[in-house]
Parts: sequence; structure tokens; C-alpha cells
Amino acid sequence: MTRSEQAGDLLYRRPISVWWWTRKRTYFLFVMRELSSLFIAWLVLYLLLLIRAVGRGEAAYADFLDRASSPWLVALNLVAFAFVILHTVTWFSLTPQAMVVSLRGRRVPGAVIIGAQYAGLAVVSAFVYWLVTR
Amino acid sequence: MSTPRMKFRIYPFIWLAFSGGGVMAAVFLPALAFLFALAFPLGWIDAPDHDQIAAVVGHPLTFLVLLGVFPVILIHAAHRFRYTLYDGLQVKHKGLVALLCYGGALAGSFATLVFLGNALTA
Repeated sequence: MTRSEQAGDLLYRRPISVWWWTRKRTYFLFVMRELSSLFIAWLVLYLLLLIRAVGRGEAAYADFLDRASSPWLVALNLVAFAFVILHTVTWFSLTPQAMVVSLRGRRVPGAVIIGAQYAGLAVVSAFVYWLVTR
Repeated sequence: MSTPRMKFRIYPFIWLAFSGGGVMAAVFLPALAFLFALAFPLGWIDAPDHDQIAAVVGHPLTFLVLLGVFPVILIHAAHRFRYTLYDGLQVKHKGLVALLCYGGALAGSFATLVFLGNALTA
């Protein structure tokens, strides 16, 4: 046995419950934030199925929109949309914490970085809306 | 005197894709999800007719943009969900989880290529 293996035998690891994240509000929000990844993947899959339907022709597209209005799917997509909003809001807030931006020798305040991202979101959203409804 | 070379590690590139995917998801998905998953199916806003949407989806620029955006969002989601399983649910099968997560992202990326390619009107 190596010395590190011997030391490892003495290491105490406190068992962590699967429900650790329900104990505190901040833990809960953290896990919700991370879980948004699942719903983001779902929405990409949904959009891919839409693209497939569009590629298959008018009937397939109409059928897709029809199925998309069914109650279960709407409920799922409402939840998914809520998680997308959570992702966007938390992601934008994290950016200034993840990187320090300096302009002309002075540090750009976090609020400016966050605001710039929302401006970018507004521009992209307006563009997508225009592209699709013109 | 030359500095010793750093060992090459793949993780920073995975993190870069994760980060880029997070930005893409934050910026593109709100509008796309609102319009195509809620507003159009529920009739809040008139859905584009097939000719309109096919022209947009089939455009070569759309092909290029979405081919970049969707896979990177999938990598972001895969990477994040992988760690959600480890840290959140204390799942211990680390190799299997990594395989399923990134494998899923890879499959989705391939599907992106196929579906967008089929819809191309070029």
C-alpha cells in the first residue's frame, strides 16, 4: 500500500443526501439553474423537429403546429420557457463575475456588462421576430 | 532559457464550447422558444405560412448560423447536465453519464446537419 492509499483509508467522507439541495433556498435555486440545461436541450430538439417538419412540406408543418398546441406539450413548453428565462437572467448576471472587462484603463461596471447583454438579447429577438413574421 | 511546455488538455476547449453555448442559448432561445413553442402553436401571433417559413429555414445563411448555434447549445446543455447529475443527484457512474451526455449532444448535432440540409432550398 502506498502512503497516499494509507492516508485515503483514514479520510472521512460525510455521506451527502440526494436531497441536499432542498435544504436551503440558495441551493434549490442553484440546482434549478443547472437543471435548466435539460429544458434547453429539449427546446433545441423541439426546434429541430420543427425544422424537419418544414423540410417535409406543408402538411407536415401544419401537423406539427397542430400537435404543438396539445395541452401536455404546451405545459411542457411553458415550463421549458420559464427555465430559458431563468438561464438567460442568471447567465447574464454571472458574466461580470466570470470576466473583468477593462476599457481605457478603467474597469467596466458589472451593471453595464449586464445591460449590454440585455440590449443584445433585444436586438437578436427583434431580428428573429422580423425574419419570421415579415 | 525556454519555459517548459504545458501539457495539452482538452478541458478548456470543452469549457469554451460550454460558455459559447450558454451565450447562444441565452440570446437566441427566448425569442425562438416564445415564437415557435408558444405564440404560433397557440395562435397568439399568426404563424408564418409554409412558404414563408421554408424560405427562412432553407436559406443558406440560416443553415450556417443554426449549424453553429444548435450544436454549441447542445454541448452547453450536455456539459451542464452532466455536472447536475454528479453534484445534484450524486450519480456515481461518471463514465456512463459523460458518454450519454456528450453522445446525446453529438447525436443532436448530427440531426441538426441532416434536418437543416433537407430543408435547404439552395
